[in-house]
Amino acid sequence: MKGVEVTVEQVSRAYGDFKALDNVSVQIKKGEFFSLLGPSGCGKTTLLRIIAGFDYPDNGKVEFDGKDILPLAPDKRQSNTVFQTYALFPHLTVYENIAFPLRLKHVDKEEIDKKVKEYVHLVQLDDHITKKPSMLSGGQKQRVAIARALINEPRVLLLDEPLSALDAKLRQNLLVELDELHDKVGITFIYVTHDQSEALSVSDRIAVMNKGKVLQIGTPYEIYEAPATRFVAQFIGESNTFPCTVLSCEPYENEFMIKVDVPMLGGTVSVTDYDALEVGSKLDFTVRPEKVRITSTPPRSTNKELNTYKGIVDEPVYSGFQSKFYVRLDNEQKSIVKVFKQHTAFLDDGPEIDWRDTVYVSWTATDGYLVKDTDR
Amino acid sequence: MRKLLKPREREQMLGTAYAFPMGIWFTLFFTIPLGIIVLYSFLKRGLYGGVEWEFTLDAYKQMFNPSFGRVVIRTLWISVLATLGCILIAIPCGYAMAKSKYQTVLLFLIIIPFWTNSLIRIYAWISILSTEGFVNSLLIKLGLIDQGLKLIYNNGAVVLVLIYMYLPFAILPLFTTIDKFDFSLLDAARDLGASKLEAIIKVMFPNIKSGLSTAFIFTFIPIFGAYTVPLLVGGKDSTMIGNIIVDQVSKTRNWPLASAFSMVLTFISLVGVFWMLYNGKREQMQSKKTTQQSLEQNIKKHHLIRGEK
Ligand SMILES: Nc1ncnc2c1ncn2[C@@H]1O[C@H](COP(=O)(O)OP(=O)(O)O)[C@@H](O)[C@H]1O
Ligand SMILES: [Mg+2]
Repeated sequence: MKGVEVTVEQVSRAYGDFKALDNVSVQIKKGEFFSLLGPSGCGKTTLLRIIAGFDYPDNGKVEFDGKDILPLAPDKRQSNTVFQTYALFPHLTVYENIAFPLRLKHVDKEEIDKKVKEYVHLVQLDDHITKKPSMLSGGQKQRVAIARALINEPRVLLLDEPLSALDAKLRQNLLVELDELHDKVGITFIYVTHDQSEALSVSDRIAVMNKGKVLQIGTPYEIYEAPATRFVAQFIGESNTFPCTVLSCEPYENEFMIKVDVPMLGGTVSVTDYDALEVGSKLDFTVRPEKVRITSTPPRSTNKELNTYKGIVDEPVYSGFQSKFYVRLDNEQKSIVKVFKQHTAFLDDGPEIDWRDTVYVSWTATDGYLVKDTDR
Repeated sequence: MRKLLKPREREQMLGTAYAFPMGIWFTLFFTIPLGIIVLYSFLKRGLYGGVEWEFTLDAYKQMFNPSFGRVVIRTLWISVLATLGCILIAIPCGYAMAKSKYQTVLLFLIIIPFWTNSLIRIYAWISILSTEGFVNSLLIKLGLIDQGLKLIYNNGAVVLVLIYMYLPFAILPLFTTIDKFDFSLLDAARDLGASKLEAIIKVMFPNIKSGLSTAFIFTFIPIFGAYTVPLLVGGKDSTMIGNIIVDQVSKTRNWPLASAFSMVLTFISLVGVFWMLYNGKREQMQSKKTTQQSLEQNIKKHHLIRGEK
């Protein structure tokens, strides 16, 4: 394997009283596409700069393949960085930008030429090698930055929001290219982003961060379907989240069936969980909008654990392939439940649901989940 | 139909109008005096100053006197040394200012000396450097020396005070360009394997070239024409071209020769300015050429795709 295993152990970094990183530990496997995902200001760049060597932790360890790298200067580490603003050298052409690391090492001319052409080809910039960075589009600049970072054959590539300056369509294409590139070069990628859909679509694993802390590490599937905390549930995708109290907890198949009192929904909700929970514990009940069914008539189901509520459509939002409904429940709190409804076939499922319609929203016990609110 | 001017043309016409007062000012107080100097340098010397209206190249011939030659050479090396000194000090100063949180305060501190007349500042240096001056009495008090050192009235003092006088003119342009410099480029260079020094030389210097050449021109030209500093803190072997001009005007009363030396100063300054302009132009041309090339390339590619040759 060409990649390197990156270990970050209990790393903290404070600016004055402000903790930019608070006891962060992540273990990144060889050759993995690993994402650091979190809102702006949560410390992602700080962590990346510590791994690259531009910043130094107050305490903690950073290791490549078990070897401490903190004493090494940035130019001595086997990592290279694609900067958020690309940081291309404006006085050099595309060719010279990419050749820069090799020129520093005094590699001989023919070798440089061969290698630069190879990497220029890898990022499909063959036609642009004589241009200065100021004449490139955002996407092209980004490719130069990637080629320049890869030509040294680093064992880990650090990418700091490399797509954030590009428009949405281009971002999608480049994301796919980046994924293919990762498969080709086979090194470890550490990818920083605040965009959850980017992280979900390409990562092998994701670390979700907030306020300098890592909240959860897992595959995109785990992060989305089993968020560990209320913040993760709300930051990744969309959620309906309500505070609740556990009323009872009984074994159910190989999980537990839990009844919780959810005042905002005006009643008791059934939900399954892998862990037994203590009666009386205060948690958050969460269900994803796409897991909620919306119907004009009460749902007919034999499932006795189906949670059903009546409400009125407060706001329908049509977006082509799906609609989002804000349903105001028919209870004292007048709580809002968000529902996604896919438009799979034209007018297939009966009359359209519209503004002010009376509807029924329902979900099964296995579709909801309980999260701890440890973020506050 | 009324002829409508495009906004651009109208702007250009307005530009000419705006430039008019400035044009008159420059003609009256710059071009005409310069013309007079050019004219005088080709005329015959009057007996008690002034000129006689007779064309001659005498003034220029007199310049090739070896004693003048020594002064020109001295002026050159003192100017080069002082200019390099200014720039070498100004680069780290500009860097520190660009990085500092207290930019406005620092800028202010650099400007403050200009509120005091330059002669007074030179006299301050005399009292610092003289035999009983500040530096010597300090050294004697500390017991490092018994007798005052000869720190003043030599070429070293001239270079030192010139650097002091013109340092702000090097710091200001360098600060402005370094302030615009993207410091993440240095991180990028480090990341790609450059040492600290390599990063500064290979990435920072090429990107602050305009600041460097402006600083050079802003310091070299006034230093080259300096006359008060060599007069007041220099020795008898510190005469510079500026001093010759003053002497020729006020003592020897050879106005044509003074004019001829002024022509030399003006000429060398012009060379500097043109060199700077040329450098700027060349950079622009280069980027234009590359745009043109890429345009042609794109057109070719387009034709190829459509199967045309
Ligand atoms: N040099 C610094 N001095 C003070 N605070 C800083 C510095 N660098 C970063 N921070 C703070 O640390 C926090 C994390 O920053 P950063 O790692 O850049 O976040 P992210 O990349 O996740 O948006 C931010 O709140 C930022 O204001
Ligand atoms: Mg950031």
